[in-house]
Amino acid sequence: MASEALDILIGGEAGQGLVTIGQVLAKALVKAGYHILVTQDYLSRVRGGHNTFRIRTGPNLLVAPREGVDLLVALDQESLDLHAGALRPGAQVIADIGLTCGLAPCLNLPYADLAPARYQNTVALGAAASLLGLEMDLIARELAAFLGKKMTPEVTEKNRAALKAAYDFTATRRTGFKPLPPPVPAGPRLMINGNEALALGALAAGLKFLAFYPMTPATAIALTAIAHAKALGVVCEQAEDEIAAINMALGAAYAGAPAMVCTSGGGFALMCEGVSLAGMSENPLLIALAMRPGPATGLPTRTEQGDLELALFAGHGEFPRAIYAPGTVEDCFSLAALALAQAEKHQGPIFILTDQFLADSYRAVEPFDLGAVQPVRPGLATVADEQGYRRYALTDSGISPRALPGLSRALVVSDSDEHTEDGHLTEDLAVRVAMQDKRLRKLAGLLADRLLPSFQGPEDAELLLVGWGSTLGSLEGAAAQLSAQGRRVGVCHFSQVWPLAGEDFLERFARAGQVVMVEGNATGQLAALIRRETGYAVGRLVLRYDGLPITPEYILRQLAD
Amino acid sequence: MATIEDYGDITTAWCPGCGNFNIRQAVKKALVNSGLEPHQVLMVSGIGQAAKMPHYLRCNAFNGLHGRGLPAATGARLANPSLKIICESGDGCNYGEGGNHFLAALRRNIDLTLIVHDNQVYGLTKGQASPTSLEGFVTKAQPEGVWATPFNPLAVAVLHRASLVARGFSGEVEHLAGLIKEALATPGLALVDVFQPCVSFNKVNTFAWYKEHTYLLGAEHDSSDWHAALELTANPGPKFPLGVIYRGSRPGYASHFPVLEQGPLARQGVDQEALRHVMEKFL
Ligand SMILES: Cc1ncc(C[n+]2csc(CCOP(=O)(O)OP(=O)(O)O)c2C)c(N)n1
Ligand code: SF4
Ligand SMILES: [Mg+2]
Repeated sequence: MASEALDILIGGEAGQGLVTIGQVLAKALVKAGYHILVTQDYLSRVRGGHNTFRIRTGPNLLVAPREGVDLLVALDQESLDLHAGALRPGAQVIADIGLTCGLAPCLNLPYADLAPARYQNTVALGAAASLLGLEMDLIARELAAFLGKKMTPEVTEKNRAALKAAYDFTATRRTGFKPLPPPVPAGPRLMINGNEALALGALAAGLKFLAFYPMTPATAIALTAIAHAKALGVVCEQAEDEIAAINMALGAAYAGAPAMVCTSGGGFALMCEGVSLAGMSENPLLIALAMRPGPATGLPTRTEQGDLELALFAGHGEFPRAIYAPGTVEDCFSLAALALAQAEKHQGPIFILTDQFLADSYRAVEPFDLGAVQPVRPGLATVADEQGYRRYALTDSGISPRALPGLSRALVVSDSDEHTEDGHLTEDLAVRVAMQDKRLRKLAGLLADRLLPSFQGPEDAELLLVGWGSTLGSLEGAAAQLSAQGRRVGVCHFSQVWPLAGEDFLERFARAGQVVMVEGNATGQLAALIRRETGYAVGRLVLRYDGLPITPEYILRQLAD
Repeated sequence: MATIEDYGDITTAWCPGCGNFNIRQAVKKALVNSGLEPHQVLMVSGIGQAAKMPHYLRCNAFNGLHGRGLPAATGARLANPSLKIICESGDGCNYGEGGNHFLAALRRNIDLTLIVHDNQVYGLTKGQASPTSLEGFVTKAQPEGVWATPFNPLAVAVLHRASLVARGFSGEVEHLAGLIKEALATPGLALVDVFQPCVSFNKVNTFAWYKEHTYLLGAEHDSSDWHAALELTANPGPKFPLGVIYRGSRPGYASHFPVLEQGPLARQGVDQEALRHVMEKFL
């Protein structure tokens, strides 16, 4: 099956239009009925530098990125020099005649003859589409749809001409390249990445307020919500800083709007006092944290799973929270919807942790079952005793009925100081203890609502690969390759990393020959958390913190070491 | 109709003689004179002596973090347009810790009444300099006196053409109540900076000092004249005018969100048809 999928790598400098080709090609593949899995690797600058847009594609579901290349679309010499070594047998390079291909099987196109210089990327696109066996009409339609939004009809037409010239030219050339096998017939699929799916999930669940301060790789969550804010009646605001963003969201949440913020490491660090306020004031809040490598500004456009501990411990004082970690783009949708609902139910901060790899990774996804998402109903519909209403009434579950200000005659008092049941500040230390106990009782509810880690493969695996969040596909990919060699390999994936219960996984861990924790960070944060919570010490860690996503090959290499 | 009593008579932790008591009285009067009932009103604050105000009035309240009253109030305002929102905190809260939010609130012209207790000192933390402390003001933290120049909130607010820029004095309760009432009726941001003696930690700017260094603005000042308002605020002192300094005409920020015309976001639900259309854009 592996041979049925192809890896296309488009390389070039920022500003050369490589994302345009990548997105149009990916969209055309999805429209043609293929699966895709996109990995974007770009430098933190708007022009120059080496960037890649990698599409893994084929007729069947794809779960993990791979390292080899079958079709290299080189927009500059550096792309050739850097990636020629990754070419697989039967691979093909597409490059301008002016570039030096060396020994690589190369389709040298006379770019200058085919179209004016500014359409160079379109020429490359036409050649790639032709080699892959995509229909000219399809790729032309997708290119026009993509450009239509921002270009004049004249420019769009010139692009079409360049595309066709390259497509036809390529069709006349003989290469050893095998086009894609035909797609498996299926209904239309969405082309959507993790950020977009996360935003859509929150919107489906009734998100009404989003505040943010731009920060890669989280910005596109906000941009997706903003693009549809008018249609869906959502208030989105670019705040003056992250501190403002989280406090705005809490003010909106207090007033009854299902609310979220989205950010990355440094921005989230600024929000920490607000996280604590969400815990103390018991206002619902969804925090989407798209991770990138730190410390400090780190590698702004690369990926890492380095902020699990930050999310877990963010905010002073002690208060309950939950942390989700989607493994797929579909999970980004469903867990964002779930997280928004859990925030409302448990009245506090709920996290969804993604990373640059998943945030930017486009996939072909079955349309979401929107009808299955029950929109959040904020607050009490009616308040029974308006006069006697107490926002922080002590309850067994720790959850106090939440009236919304201005929607009844009940007075709703929300406070960051320690407070009495009616919300007013107090220094009565017995009340303090009662309130702290009440808040912490909510952890039991969050625990009861937890998602269990998923297990795949034999119960008595000789090797169990464990991970969380975006690495799911690579765990599966590595396990599949090892299983194909006759080994008994299982996968355990956590799509919720807090709260944890040892009973959900310790038995399976004990039955496995060896348990290996795979994490995109330098210290093994989930392994450390499991040890802290259960005393179980994972036998071996496979870690990656060079800014690149964990691939099946990476896991296999580390295991072989 | 609500009465003063409806807003409660709550025991405070303020020092006897603190200017905050009169400010509270003025707020109550303004609310009653505006025909507002407690459940229609939301008081948002940060942390400080002034920021305890929401606890000392009967109404809805969000008492957030030091410096962060304004963003929380902004969020609440953009979530429920029918609430009458007062954001009330000290000079340290609004101009120091929350200075960026103050600038952003002015730029947005967000529809709020912002009441700043300007006692020119940090009261709650026992007497350090605040952004409006005068040069030379000696504290334990600034033993040689404040070297920085005082922040000029009124000039900055006029510069950004906020909807209402006013200054009151806790010693002039009726006058202050009038300013707050006008602020409550103003779309856009209405700033009421209030001189407030801190009897415990500011021995310079005392009640007598404020009496001596303020005057009531007369009818000769045209508050719609931006240049005149700038002129009036640009070189503060030795005497400070009390009254409405500027009335701007920029639209309130909430007017940019058509969704708010349909009332509180909490009750708007999800338009399933629109949602399906949005998803289909990814096809
Ligand atoms: C993040 C943070 N930093 C510092 C403090 C301590 N603090 C509380 S109130 C305050 C200053 C209060 O001054 P002001 O806002 O002028 O209010 P006042 O007490 O004078 O009315 C400070 C520094 C805090 N609560 N939170
Ligand atoms: S410390 Fe100053 S501001 Fe605070 S209550 Fe006492 S007099 Fe008022
Ligand atoms: Mg002060």
